Amino acid sequence: MYDLRGVTKTYRRGKATVQALADVDLTIEDGGRLVIQGPTGGGKSTLLQMLGGLDRPTSGQVALDGTDLATLPEARLTRVRSENIGFVFQSFNLIPTLTAQENVETALVPLKLRAKDRRERAAEALESVGLGERLGHLPGEMSGGQQQRVAIARALVKRPKVLLADEPTGNLDESMRDEIMELLEGLWKEHGLTFVMVTHDSAIARRAPRLATIRKGRLTVTENAGA
Amino acid sequence: MFFTYLRRELRRRRKAALVVASGLALGIALVIVVNSVSAGMKQAQGEVLESLYGLGTDMTVTKAQEEPEEGGAVARPRFKFDASDGGEQSNDMLMVQGFETLSTSTVDTVARQDGVANAVGGLSLTSISVSGDFKPGEMKPAQPAQPGQKGSGGSGEVRGGGADFGVNSFTVFGTDVTEPELGPLTSSTLTKGRTFKTSETDAKVAVLDSAYAKKEDLATGDEVEVKGKKFAVVGIATADKGQPAANVYIPLKQAQTLADAKGKITTVYVKAADSQAISAVKDAIQKNVPDTTVTTSADLAKTVSGSLDTAAGLASTVGKWLSYAVLAAAFLVAGLLTSSAVSRRVREFGTLKALGWKSGRVTRQVVGEALVNGLIGGALGIAAGLAGAYAVTAVSPTLTAELGGGLRVAGPGGGGPAQDAAERTLDIALSAPVSLATIALAAALAIGGGLIAGGFGGWRASRLRPADALRRVE
Ligand SMILES: Nc1ncnc2c1ncn2[C@@H]1O[C@H](COP(=O)(O)OP(=O)(O)OP(=O)(O)O)[C@@H](O)[C@H]1O
Ligand SMILES: [Mg+2]
Repeated sequence: MYDLRGVTKTYRRGKATVQALADVDLTIEDGGRLVIQGPTGGGKSTLLQMLGGLDRPTSGQVALDGTDLATLPEARLTRVRSENIGFVFQSFNLIPTLTAQENVETALVPLKLRAKDRRERAAEALESVGLGERLGHLPGEMSGGQQQRVAIARALVKRPKVLLADEPTGNLDESMRDEIMELLEGLWKEHGLTFVMVTHDSAIARRAPRLATIRKGRLTVTENAGA
Repeated sequence: MFFTYLRRELRRRRKAALVVASGLALGIALVIVVNSVSAGMKQAQGEVLESLYGLGTDMTVTKAQEEPEEGGAVARPRFKFDASDGGEQSNDMLMVQGFETLSTSTVDTVARQDGVANAVGGLSLTSISVSGDFKPGEMKPAQPAQPGQKGSGGSGEVRGGGADFGVNSFTVFGTDVTEPELGPLTSSTLTKGRTFKTSETDAKVAVLDSAYAKKEDLATGDEVEVKGKKFAVVGIATADKGQPAANVYIPLKQAQTLADAKGKITTVYVKAADSQAISAVKDAIQKNVPDTTVTTSADLAKTVSGSLDTAAGLASTVGKWLSYAVLAAAFLVAGLLTSSAVSRRVREFGTLKALGWKSGRVTRQVVGEALVNGLIGGALGIAAGLAGAYAVTAVSPTLTAELGGGLRVAGPGGGGPAQDAAERTLDIALSAPVSLATIALAAALAIGGGLIAGGFGGWRASRLRPADALRRVE
């Protein structure tokens, strides 16, 4: 479970400083689902980076199951990322020279599995996102929706506690959007993940049980009892 | 995963890899060619020096040259003819080359010096015979043969007024038959018959230079006449390079007797115990054996001029400088290209870090790619370098070495007496031998180039943060 206290992130750009997050408090239950929205430049991605241990806040604490990611030594933070956190990016971030299966395998590399196990688990993960037939395809040979499925398989293959998605449908056309959203929701339910997603899609936001909105680094959470 | 990833990257980004590799290849090929050509130059210079001295001779000792007095008190050869009427007259002379001799005991003195492994004496002589007749009334004596001629045994006609004389000259070397391992005869290879037996110290036997034997139509079993004495030709020897040390080789004692130079030699051939300590040995001899001039290969090398010297100079200065400049540029370009390749892959490496890859693993991947690029470059460079060196050897351009210029070359075969600027010209075909050390150097440079490139790229990669996975690039 996440417990954020007074999280502030300031970026320095030349002489000017940008406050991407300003004194953010937030708790997310285990297995909870949080949708984040807000205007562009509001700080959504920055918050996701804090949650995923990709970056550290300028001040405040980001506790994941009692461990403060803000102050954790780099090596242990790397471990937390490799074991507990799955990331899905807006632009897929697949390695263009590796096949679908190899891309999924990269998530297992830090876990030091045997090559055979690694390949098997990658193949299983791809099957679970409906790409069992595409193991040997390169990203360039797949549609955007298929690439994002590979990225989702890569995020989930290590069986993380947390799934973080930054506008996962932002680069996809409408028909694929729903497909990916359904897939993510299905996987969230199936695996009992803690799922945090940034989206611009107000339809999705409306359906979300818990909605966070960030404007100029300030966060407000609204509970949607009806959803 | 390391190798899969590496292989995929190299295969799919072949062009980028090839650019880095061919830059390194160019530098490495240049280094190989320059190194091998330099080695060929050294070999050529070695051949030039060897042809003068014989194998294994580190230095020679000759009598220090005295300032010739005005008016030339030095004994010049004089031919005396009776200007009598008609009838063939002839005059044979056997002169010491340079007219300067050392006592045989000098050999022992030299041999006793520290660092001298072996010393052997030799006597260089020139035989000149003039024969012909006078016509009545023409009383002009013939000019003595110009002795400055090369020791090739050429003969010339001197026609003066009513006189008709022929001049025939050749060079003779009195060799110490008890020391067959040292001295000028070692730079010739025996092609027919045998060489001297160590017991033939005073035997009337001779070994001829093959060119002279051919010219004079002599073969083993024939006899050659030196100052009226007949010597049995037991062997024919061919100079390995350039001109031979002498036309006729005879035992030292015979040469001394015939030239009226008992107990005299012209040159001591010295082998040093340690080839690294030659200048120390030179100093010792110069100090402890008075009135001598010591000439080492290095001294002689300084007098080598001509295209060989120019080319050797070029190879060791411009060539080296150029090849290392190209190499440095190739290293730099490889580094910058690798670094910029990392910049283009910021999101890729950021993503891997976001996935939990340790920074070191990402860096290793980058360094691995660069190293393989370096190895490909090395392989291409070695192939190109070998091809280049092979081409040089195949074309084998001829270089000319001129020896002499101020230095008295005391070696025999240099020819005439009082030779201040002994000019010898040798043509040497240049080859470019590629040594294993050169290949090893090339391989080391390839690995070094790969590591430098990897260093640039790896440093960039190590500084990337996992948050760079979200960077808006491309
Ligand atoms: N690495 C950085 N250096 C400097 N400023 C940054 C950096 N990352 C983000 N910012 C700034 O911080 C603020 C928040 O950025 P962030 O990416 O979190 O916004 P966002 O809500 O994700 O926007 P978008 O909807 O466009 O993705 C912005 O003003 C942005 O310019
Ligand atoms: Mg964003």
